[in-house]
Parts: sequence; structure tokens; C-alpha cells
Amino acid sequence: MSDTTAGLLQAGALIAALALCWRPLGDYMARVVTSEKDLRVERGIYRVIGVDSKSDQRWSVYAASVVAFAFVGVVVLYVIQRVQAHLPLSLGFKGVDPALAFNTAASFVTNTNWQAYSGESTMGHVAQMAGLAVQNFISAAVGIAVAVALIRGFVRSRSDRLGNFWVDTIRIIIRVLLPLSVLAAIALILMGAIQNFSTGTDVTTLLGHHQTITGGPVASQEAIKELGTNGGGFYNANSAHPFENPTALSNWFENFLLLLIPVALTRTFGTMVGDRRQGIALVSVMAALWGTLVVAVTTFEVHHHGTALQAAGAAMEGKETRFGEWASALFAVSTTGTSTGAVNSFHSSFTGLGGGALILNMGLGEISPGGVGSGIYGILVLAIMTVFVAGLMVGRTPEYLHKKITGREIKLVSLYILTMPVIVLVGTGIAMSFATPRASMLNAGPHGLSEVLYSFMSATNNNGSAFAGLSANTPFYNVALGIAMLLGRILPMLFVLGLAGSLGQQQKIPKTPGTLPTHGPLFIGMLIGVAVIVAGLTFFPVLALGPLAEGL
Amino acid sequence: MLTSVLRQLWPSVRAMLVLTVLVGIAYPLVLTGFAQVVVHDKANGSLIKQDGKLVGSSLIGQSFDGKPQYFQSRPSAAGAGYDPLASGASNLGPESPVLIKAIKDRRAAAVKLDGTAPADVAPDALEASGSGLDPDISPLYASQQVDRVARERGMTVAAVRALVARYTYGRSLGFLGEPHVNVLQLNLALDRATNQ
Repeated sequence: MSDTTAGLLQAGALIAALALCWRPLGDYMARVVTSEKDLRVERGIYRVIGVDSKSDQRWSVYAASVVAFAFVGVVVLYVIQRVQAHLPLSLGFKGVDPALAFNTAASFVTNTNWQAYSGESTMGHVAQMAGLAVQNFISAAVGIAVAVALIRGFVRSRSDRLGNFWVDTIRIIIRVLLPLSVLAAIALILMGAIQNFSTGTDVTTLLGHHQTITGGPVASQEAIKELGTNGGGFYNANSAHPFENPTALSNWFENFLLLLIPVALTRTFGTMVGDRRQGIALVSVMAALWGTLVVAVTTFEVHHHGTALQAAGAAMEGKETRFGEWASALFAVSTTGTSTGAVNSFHSSFTGLGGGALILNMGLGEISPGGVGSGIYGILVLAIMTVFVAGLMVGRTPEYLHKKITGREIKLVSLYILTMPVIVLVGTGIAMSFATPRASMLNAGPHGLSEVLYSFMSATNNNGSAFAGLSANTPFYNVALGIAMLLGRILPMLFVLGLAGSLGQQQKIPKTPGTLPTHGPLFIGMLIGVAVIVAGLTFFPVLALGPLAEGL
Repeated sequence: MLTSVLRQLWPSVRAMLVLTVLVGIAYPLVLTGFAQVVVHDKANGSLIKQDGKLVGSSLIGQSFDGKPQYFQSRPSAAGAGYDPLASGASNLGPESPVLIKAIKDRRAAAVKLDGTAPADVAPDALEASGSGLDPDISPLYASQQVDRVARERGMTVAAVRALVARYTYGRSLGFLGEPHVNVLQLNLALDRATNQ
């Protein structure tokens, strides 16, 4: 079988598997967040937390819960890292330095999983599983909860209540993330990913050298890392590491896992608003963007443009033999498009244009198909912007899903859209203005700028992957990127919840002949246009100085 | 707003605690129990023993640098080479002068060792992997090393080729990923064949 045939089958099988799961998982998640009944275990948890599961929150209380939970999450994770020398199974590692511990805590709480540390030489087993991996579950559930609150804003009429943050978060963990993670982890274990508490096994290689075979509860962490679009690897090499991702089958499966929930949430959305065509329209936009980027990046990698890659005869630098160029390009687009940040190959060594396309994919604002929860609320924000633009063209008051889009909504939408580029471009600008942050660049010239741009893009969009040539474990980057991650996560969530509150208070308006249908090809095309134009206009200048200058 | 946040702090602390116990401790413990009972060897890293001694893991590559009787692995950026305590890639960009020079040097080394025509040297012999622990090489790179290994070991080319074929793995399910040759398994088999 030729590489091309195999590569196409690989992508085709991925699309088919996602299509099969879209409906059952999407409807299941809709039932989970709309059901009136609590499970017994959930009732127990609500008692411990001290919340009344029947009490609905106003948008401001929902938002306050998000902020408080994130704050406690950062503090707890910071403390765990600082005291890890005193925890069991610490593998002899000392407490993590303050700046790095802050960066890592912010990173995992915001679902970014940017890693300025190397897992196998920094984190003990308990810090990994009882610290970092807990936030993998929580940050994913919080993202979905905020998305569900926004959807309720469309569904409810003349209501100032959006649901209960604690009930949404706990239910999503207990009924969605935990069972799926158990199944996924079992599959990964059977495929050869490791799952043990070994502190390392010393072996003598054939040449007589010492090699330490590392251990750890890897498969359980790998499962939620992909499912929750977190992306923080147990090891520095992330999903390129054979213990995290032993075979091409496990690689395909991990690629499937990281797309699964973001894609299925479009069905959840359609089911909850009572018009499934609306969900199909959104998933079509996501699929079009993802598909275009897969074709582009694969083409760039297979043609391996670039002096070093031409000399070697293939773009295999930073890629694993068992995966090859096709599976690496597919994974790279999926991970940058879902704000996952897991990598099975190293993006810094991709072709100039391939790497540039990955930056652009994040610059779209993580909607192809985006992170768990953040993908669907991100694309809904752009959908509102689209009906607004369309309304301006024909001079009508825009509406979406029976809700009027007024000045208040558009202000919140604009704030949401502007937050990410402002943080990315200002952060990159500051970093490039000073000698110390510039000294962290491994590569000179345009590639160096790409490294810095990628880091702020990845942090602010809560992606977490890296052009890892940048030595990011410095006080400047640890603090700057930590702040970028927190602002890039919390501010958009506050705008989304404010938007949800505003929409929920409105009365539903009936459809008229002048209403723009938001499920047809016209709207899909316009939404793609708005997404591409917003990202393109914002980032074209800096992309021209970095990856385009390098790749052309 | 601030008072609302403060009011949610105590529930947040309690939620953190109960979730840490549930998904941070119970979840990995149960799965580790399952893995250790059902697939003990895989769950512990697919370790390989030769003559009763642990010699490595079939998933983790090793360096065979300077020993022409062994098939050579890919270049590695993990520590001093194939160090599982420092997994990772070179992260050098496509125009990096450092990478361009490394590729040139590696090509010269491969040409010298195997007599391969310079333009034909397999890309994976010239470029480092993502993990730095890649246990595999491409079938092309393996075939370029067959003659030299046979000569060094006094084996027939056909015998070495047969062993290469035995440790060549096709694409997963026939269409996922790329065909690859497991270097450590192959070299262990060569040692066993030579010792008999």
C-alpha cells in the first residue's frame, strides 16, 4: 500500500469513527446536563461540597464559581509541586521552583498544559496523578460547563438563571469524563502504554551502558490528557514517547480521543436548542477548517520544503518512524485545532509553511474543532459576529436562535474576540523588545520569531503545544506565559457567561421571513469567512515576518 | 463580584479534595491494578531479558554507536543519546545551520560505514526522532545496513535479511502509520544467532 493510500485511509477512518460517535455521545451529554435526577454518588459529592443541586445560579454567581474554583486549583497545584519532595513516590525530585510551579499550576488549571518542565526529571508520580491529572479532569469539565451555560442562555427565555456550576462540573466528570477515560485507558494499556508505580528500572544495554527504564501511571493520564484536550505529557516527549504512544494504532486512537468530545458537543448543542441542523452547521465549519489544514500541513510535510529537510530527503526530523509524515501531520493539526497541545512529533522542526499553518490554526481561536467546551463557545461567539455582519449588510436587526443580537451582546462578543490577539501580540512584542527573553530562542531569524509567537499563541489559546526550540523555563517566560494563560482562559469565559446571562433574559422572538437561516450553506460559508478574515487580518503581519518569511 | 467569589471559595476547596481522591487517587490505582493483573509485561514497559538479565525495553531504543556488528539506531536528541530521563527532540528548524551540518556529518558517517551512495542514505539515518527514544528504523535504512552487519558477523546476507524480515512490522491494521524495524529486538536476535 502506498503512503498516500494509507494516509488517506487513516484520515478517512478517523472521520468515520467521529461521525459514528457524534450522535450517541452528543445526545448522551445533552441528557447528562439537562437531567433532573442526581446519581447517588453525585448526591454524596454535593453534600461534601455543600451545594444544593436544585439551586440555579445567576450568570454572575456561575462566573464567580468558575473564578473561585480556578483560584483554588492554582493554589493547590502550586503547593503540591512546592512540597513534592515530602510526598510519596517523589522519585527523589525536589520541590519545583516558584516561577515554574506557578507557570505549571496556571497551565493545568486553564486546560493549557504548556510544559516548561520535563516530566521525567521534574515531577514525581503523586504530583503527576494527584496534582496535574486532577486538573486534566476539572479544567475539561469546567470548559464544558461554561459552554452548557451559554447554550442555556439561548434555550431559556426571560430567565436570569443559567444552571448550577457545581452540578454541571460534577456531572460531566462523573458521567462523561471518568467513564470514557476508564475505557480509553484500558484500550491504551492493552496497546502497550505503561501503567505502574515503578520508580525506574536500571538495565544494562547491549553496549554495556546503563539505561533507566522509567515507570509511572501513564495510560490513565494519557486517556484524560487526550479526551479532555489537555495535552500535558507524562514525559517531555509527550505523545511521541513510546510509553505514552507505543504503536501507530494507539496514535490513531489518541488522535480520535482528542477530537471526540469537541466534535460531539455540536450535537449536544443542536439537541439542547431543539434544532439539530444548527449543530450540523457548526460541525461543518469545524470540519472544513480542520480538513483544509490537514491537507495543507500534510502537503507541506510530504514535500519537505526547507534546506535541511531537502538535504535529508524527508521531513522526519522530530518525527517517529512508526508514525511517519502523514500520521504526524494529522495529529499536529488535530492537536493545534483542539487546544490540546499533545504532540506526537515536534512542530519546531516542521517545514516553515507547515509550522506556520499550525500557528494559524491556533490563531483561528481554537474552533477547528476547538477544546472541550471552549471550541463550541468559541464558534458560537463567531456565529453571533457572523449574523451581526450579515445584519449590517442588509440593514436588519441581527438575530440568532430566536434571540435578538443587541449592542450589549456585540460588545461582549467583540471583547471575547479581541482578548486573545491583544494578549498574543502584546506579549510577543514585549518578549521581542528585551534581550533576556530573546536569548531564549534556539533558532535565529524568522524561526526565532515563530518560536516566541508560537509560545504566546499557544499559552493564550490554552493550547499548550510548543515550538520547543524556545527555552521557556526562565523567570520571564514562566511568569509572562502563566499570566497569558490565566487571562486567555478566564476573561473569555467571563464574557461568554455575561453573554449567556444577557441572552437568557431576553424573550424569544418568532422567526420571520427576514430571519437569516443559520443552518444552510450560505451561513456556513459566511461563518468560515468571518473566522478566517478575523484571524487572517489579526495575524497576517506577524506570520509574514515569521513562518512565511522562512517558508517562502 | 468579589464577595460572590469569596463565597464560592469554601465549596471550591471541598470540591478539590473530593475530586483529588476520586480522579487523582482512586482512578489511577484501579487502572494500575487492572493493568498489573491483565497485561503485566506490557504495563511494566515491555522489558526484555537475555540470558536472565534485563537488557532493555522493546519500546525504548538504544544506541549502538561505534559497534558495526549491530544495526544502528536513528540519531537521538535525548540527553547523550537514548536517555529515557531526558526524552525529546532537537527542535531545530528546517533552515537551521546546526541541523544542516548534522545531516551532512551523519550522511558522511553512513556512507563510510555502509558504502551507501550519498544521495541514497535513508532520511531516518540523518534526522533525529521526536522522542529521542525511537525504537525503530525504516525498512530502507535496515536494508542499507544488511551487508555490513553480515560481513562483521561472518553471517550470510540471506540469514541477516531473514532476521530483518522477522522484526519488520507492517502498518498497524494494514493502514496506520509506517512499516518499521525494531532495532533492539533485531540486534538481540543477531547475538543469539551468532552465539549458537
